[in-house]
Amino acid sequence: MSLLEVKDLKVRVEEREILHGLSLTVNPGEVHAIMGPNGSGKSTLSHVIAGKPGYEVTGGEILFRGEDLLEMSPDQRAAKGVFLAFQYPVEIPGVTTMNFLRTALNAQRRARGESEFLVPDFLKKVRNVAASLNIPMDMLKRGVNVGFSGGEKKRNEILQMALFEPAVCILDEMDSGLDIDALRVAADGVNALRSPDRAMVVITHYQRLLNYIVPDFVHVMSKGRVVKSGGKELALELEASGYAQFEDAA
Amino acid sequence: MPAVQETVDRVRQIDVDQYRYGFETLIESDKAPKGLSEDTVRFISAKKNEPAWMLEWRLEAYRRWLTMTEPQWARVNYPKIDYQDLYYYSAPKPKKTVSSLDEIDPEILKTYEKLGIPLREVEVLEGVVRPEGQRKIAVDAVFDSVSVATTFQKELKAAGVIFMPISEAIREHPDLVQKYLGTVVPTSDNYFATLNSAVFSDGSFVYVPPGVRCPMELSTYFRINERNTGQFERTLIIADKGAYVSYLEGCTAPQRDENQLHAAVVELVTHDDAEIKYSTVQNWYPGNSEGKGGIYNFVTKRGDCRGNNSKISWTQVETGSAITWKYPSCILRGDNSRGEFYSIAISNGHQQVDSGTKMIHLGKNTTSRIISKGIAAGVSQNTYRGLVTAHRKATGARNFTACDSLLIGDKCGAHTVPYVEAKNSSALFEHEATTSKISEDVLFYCVQRGLSQEEAVGLVVNGFVKDVLQQLPMEFAVEAQKLISISLEGSVG
Ligand SMILES: Nc1ncnc2c1ncn2[C@@H]1O[C@H](COP(=O)(O)OP(=O)(O)OP(=O)(O)O)[C@@H](O)[C@H]1O
Ligand SMILES: [Mg+2]
Repeated sequence: MSLLEVKDLKVRVEEREILHGLSLTVNPGEVHAIMGPNGSGKSTLSHVIAGKPGYEVTGGEILFRGEDLLEMSPDQRAAKGVFLAFQYPVEIPGVTTMNFLRTALNAQRRARGESEFLVPDFLKKVRNVAASLNIPMDMLKRGVNVGFSGGEKKRNEILQMALFEPAVCILDEMDSGLDIDALRVAADGVNALRSPDRAMVVITHYQRLLNYIVPDFVHVMSKGRVVKSGGKELALELEASGYAQFEDAA
Repeated sequence: MPAVQETVDRVRQIDVDQYRYGFETLIESDKAPKGLSEDTVRFISAKKNEPAWMLEWRLEAYRRWLTMTEPQWARVNYPKIDYQDLYYYSAPKPKKTVSSLDEIDPEILKTYEKLGIPLREVEVLEGVVRPEGQRKIAVDAVFDSVSVATTFQKELKAAGVIFMPISEAIREHPDLVQKYLGTVVPTSDNYFATLNSAVFSDGSFVYVPPGVRCPMELSTYFRINERNTGQFERTLIIADKGAYVSYLEGCTAPQRDENQLHAAVVELVTHDDAEIKYSTVQNWYPGNSEGKGGIYNFVTKRGDCRGNNSKISWTQVETGSAITWKYPSCILRGDNSRGEFYSIAISNGHQQVDSGTKMIHLGKNTTSRIISKGIAAGVSQNTYRGLVTAHRKATGARNFTACDSLLIGDKCGAHTVPYVEAKNSSALFEHEATTSKISEDVLFYCVQRGLSQEEAVGLVVNGFVKDVLQQLPMEFAVEAQKLISISLEGSVG
């Protein structure tokens, strides 16, 4: 069974259709890259999968392990293993990152009927993951993303992904704002999470990221549709010739 | 449906069932006849075996009250209160003075147990291995009109600290009570304070002698139980030269359809180099989803930094009551004295909150700090009202005020009404204010990470009020944090 199946998805925002029948099938172990010009609907797709309010699904469906994902609340989706690394992570003043991580992790575990992590076990887990991502523990004592640099915010997203061990990871422009070294560390973090049971959907504008996180499939999105799919070489092709060739297809 | 809308709807459904403390205790009680007259005042005074001077003091206040009118300036609306339709005194039977917990009606003890208040010192003491940093707390429990139990008396006595029901203090320490009662909040101060002066039934009295640091937190829990009964406690705390005390106050009431009146007066006095830290977690019944019932909370709290280098700090977490009218204030009389006000005021459903503080700078180089966090949800109205003044002689006075309001939904309102008045040019007052709506993106970020919508709101709000929560003693902070989430969630706790 596919892990994630998006079928002929049509989405409206404020009376305007943004996605016009988009389909995408993701199997366990696969890495999919989604590329496409600004405004083509990449973030919209990721938001609808994660269940962000404000989007109206007017057609199609999304299945997660065969279950209707659109019927689930966003937190249920998270507990089932849908993770979205945001293009623009928000700041939560007054809530330490550490507290946030523990609250979220335990909320997910509770929802799955698992026991909550005790503080010492949790700390050990965070320490290990943070170290592997070059994240100093001091950073985790600060408010969630408060005063974090762009790169730090992105690394914090990967940290959460590593901590929650989701089944499907959607990474929305995780490379934006990262310097070369940070990009490599973050990509290593993502690669470390690649496993036969887990799938990744990597949204990016740049082929460079795909040198680090090598995808099995590349999809080109334009104007709310997938207009071309192929292997990793499609990304190189795009880098060379741009999106213009697909404008007509859309 | 947008996340915020969902929260707003959920919050709107807040119902009586969701008030955790809404149970009633079935006990027999001894009441004064309904209504207010000189006879009522005499009845109360007689019940308390009060000396003549105390009765005179009450009667004077009563006569004064007859000439006064209810204040109208606060941003709160409520039907006219019929003061003749209330009971002014209610004591659980048997009404003999209790010297040990075993003499207390087990039903009352059960009530406190349900409230999670450790009345039985034994339990506290038997927790031999206490987690690091957790202190003992002495509790004075006030049930309707009388204090039913004060714990840890012996240990406090050894330290020289007097902590007892004020009705007892009037008999046992008349000199101290007479010296201080009404010196911070005069009997004629305001309508509700004057009413309180006439009919106050009980409350706590604390005296910490010179140089003594009170060995434990002192705490009073107020519980209104009887139907149609006003609760008028009177609290008086004195920290003599170089003394220190931290005092906690908690409040609950059963859920009832009719409104119940609560008009307390709290007076604090600090002498030279003394400090009082007064913390409140107020969780009176807020009324049901239609705005029926709930406590009318008209409270006068004032501290007098009488001595040089003295300090008074108010911290309050206000989550309950249908109406809150409350302005804990500091009179900074001594040179270099300091006043602080840290407040979290949450209004939900139909609640109306008009709260804030007054910092009256009279002495030289006096400083004050005001941190107010207002959270409004449902169709509630939340007003911060603050006054900062510097007297002509208060050279070098400093105040810093920060008022932040957070709105949940678009049917509620937050208002900031600051008054500032400096009569000398060296005073320096800073004021900051912000109002923001809870961010949908932030809530979504949280739920994407697995938090429920309600948990997300609770987390964000707790982050918003963190600066103030940090001012509370540990045990209270944890309780307050939970309370904040509960009062916003509308879920059964
Ligand atoms: N809440 C909204 N209200 C109105 N229009 C919206 C909203 N959200 C998205 N859109 C529109 O939908 C279209 C797709 O936006 P989306 O953010 O999904 O694009 P994207 O492919 O992620 O672009 P980028 O590469 O710049 O991140 C854009 O035209 C955008 O303006
Ligand atoms: Mg985008």
